[in-house]
Amino acid sequence: MRSFVQLFVVVSLSAGFANYSFANEFVHIPGGEFRSVIPEGEGDNLIAVASFFMQEASVTNAEFLRFVLHRPEWQRGRAVSLFVDEQYLSKWASPIFLGPRSGLQQPVTQVSWFAADAYCEWQNARLPSFYEWEYVAAANESTADARALPEWQQEILSWYSQTGGDRLSDVRNRSANFYNIFDAHGLVWEWVDDFNAFLVTGDNREQGGADQLQFCGAGAITMEEKENYAVLMRVAMLSSLEARYTTRNLGFRCARRDEVRK
Amino acid sequence: MRRPITIIFVLAIALVACQPQSAGTESGSAHQADTGGSAAGDFGPPQGDPIQAVLTSAPVVPPPVDRDYPAKVIVDLEVRELDMEISEGVTYTFWTFGGTVPGSFIRIRQGDTVEFHLKNHPDSKMPHNIDLHAVTGPGGGASSSFTAPGHETVFSFKALNQGLFVYHCATAPVGMHVANGMYGLILVEPPQGLPPVDKEYYIMQSEFYTVGKYREKGHQPFDMQKAIDENATYVLFNGSEGALVGENAIKANVGDTVRLFVGNGGPNLVSSFHVIGEIFDKVFQEGGSRYQENVQTTLVPAGGSAMTEFRVEVPGTFIIVDHSIFRAFNKGALGMLKVDGDDNLSVYSGKEVDNVYLGDKVAADQLSAVSDVTLADITGTATKEQRISAGRVLYNGTCSVCHQQNGEGLEGVFPPLANSDYLMADTRRAIEIVLNGLVGPVTINGSSFNSVMPPMSQLNDDEIANILTFTLNNWGNEGDEVRSGEVAEVRAATERPQGAAN
Repeated sequence: MRSFVQLFVVVSLSAGFANYSFANEFVHIPGGEFRSVIPEGEGDNLIAVASFFMQEASVTNAEFLRFVLHRPEWQRGRAVSLFVDEQYLSKWASPIFLGPRSGLQQPVTQVSWFAADAYCEWQNARLPSFYEWEYVAAANESTADARALPEWQQEILSWYSQTGGDRLSDVRNRSANFYNIFDAHGLVWEWVDDFNAFLVTGDNREQGGADQLQFCGAGAITMEEKENYAVLMRVAMLSSLEARYTTRNLGFRCARRDEVRK
Repeated sequence: MRRPITIIFVLAIALVACQPQSAGTESGSAHQADTGGSAAGDFGPPQGDPIQAVLTSAPVVPPPVDRDYPAKVIVDLEVRELDMEISEGVTYTFWTFGGTVPGSFIRIRQGDTVEFHLKNHPDSKMPHNIDLHAVTGPGGGASSSFTAPGHETVFSFKALNQGLFVYHCATAPVGMHVANGMYGLILVEPPQGLPPVDKEYYIMQSEFYTVGKYREKGHQPFDMQKAIDENATYVLFNGSEGALVGENAIKANVGDTVRLFVGNGGPNLVSSFHVIGEIFDKVFQEGGSRYQENVQTTLVPAGGSAMTEFRVEVPGTFIIVDHSIFRAFNKGALGMLKVDGDDNLSVYSGKEVDNVYLGDKVAADQLSAVSDVTLADITGTATKEQRISAGRVLYNGTCSVCHQQNGEGLEGVFPPLANSDYLMADTRRAIEIVLNGLVGPVTINGSSFNSVMPPMSQLNDDEIANILTFTLNNWGNEGDEVRSGEVAEVRAATERPQGAAN
């Protein structure tokens, strides 16, 4: 068994793995205030985001492969089924070999929240919060908050107008945004630390709170502005998930607290 | 809050009671015994072995339930996000229940317990759920069926009310999920079933909002602003312009009674549903239990339905439209019912005039000439002969209504194109007229005309080039080939009248 594993590692290395750069910079994001589509409590939705660091790109297959080689308990087949569903990393040819359907530079998908969380911890980091993600993802190439621009909205909606079955493109294929973050939109969905904060209980009788998002028309209460649709799609996606779920279009990137400048 | 509702309810009962034996029910009783609603819809726990529901794609309807006891019915429905054709040469990313738009037709009996399995294909980008209007319970099943990509949810409900119900996705943003095709029909038969008919079909209207204009070729993304403005690019039956025309037309024989299960997915528009040349003998308005008789056009609300029944007496092609009529001829809301059988001249003597009724809708089997030249145009290899044969099809669809199929027009009303001195004198002017229309007096072959031709700028450059090449080289005319580049040039250099497509 052990020799098999080593063989696969050798094969993986010979497939260019050894020469691959694992650099996925943590970029400094200055703090600020912005209006979230999700009000924090009653009334005002002005959110203060403290400065932090965020990885410039989604975590790639190569980066995640390195992780499971170091932390075999997160390999497919070994990871505890409480923490991952049946589809976990199932696109990879084997638990430690990517194979032809998964490129080194493609974002890793079919990872659960638990696995993503473990990866970030291994990086001495954490998953970004939803507000951190929304703050960064509000930018286009030149401005911090481009959400009112029709082009910004249409670009995101156009991504939804493509089926998800196609091969994912590599990370950093498009230009970075205002914060030097790549692929905030248009490549994959990404886990956030508090993804389940939108989901209340799944109990129909509880009509308040974010559970409303699952009902016809209820979304319109807080989502009256059309520019919010693009973000709302992500909220809907995240709220459909459980922490052990994986999907073919869902990846992640990590964030870190900014201790020095706080 | 309770009081006003009660008052309205009482009033409604009083109104019904006042009407002297109006439509009459199946039983024909003078006092319209009501069905008892949901209170009378529970026939106890499910009996017998669980039954796997037969699901069908429009226009096909599953067979009647034909069962005299409540059963447990298992429905397996898979959500798929698929690129499919919305019009000739135009694709759209549809979000579907069961791989088709509209979604699979579900047929059950009142009192049945439905175990609903909603599967979301692993390739899906979006989470989805289902709100069935046949469900009594908060959300109509929506929150119990909220399903991430690559996962499955199961919930159960008892169908307490009989009727024809819409189901749809209710995941936020709801409007976008519905606009992308996520709706279908579920029929809850009354305990005794529906009276037998010869033919049953499933037709669902809905509209689509694309970034490109009507029939603009290529892949077209969803346009949020147009959806909010309720400015539909396409209004369609069964999710595609070709879904119910040509060889896809629904069929019947003379003497048949036809039942149409009609739904309207919206998201925004209500339908004025009409079959040209037929009168609905019965319409179960809004998919409910009572019928109106002898109806020409019935209103189908967005998120609602209607059942229509009629006997076909004469053969021919009956055109199905949304009688909000620009939708039929300029946005695609057009289908066909083809009836075979012997003529019955005592009922109807006329000849068929398909071309007039079809407007700019071209029979699907003729469209290959058009798509051939479209491809050739893109690659720069379109020949004059290709343009003429494509132009003939397009001309018959768009121009022949006025200028006539023989190009001779109508004396004093519609100018001739055949041997027309005016047409042949100036090709650029001809392009301008097709694009921008023509108003006011002109003299053609010695006769004067003073009329209005509307701008035809909804046609694309390629289509106009083909129509003009055909026109300039037919009926004895001998002229130039018009290339799409020339049309593009004129389009850029001239201004369209207000309201015309750009």
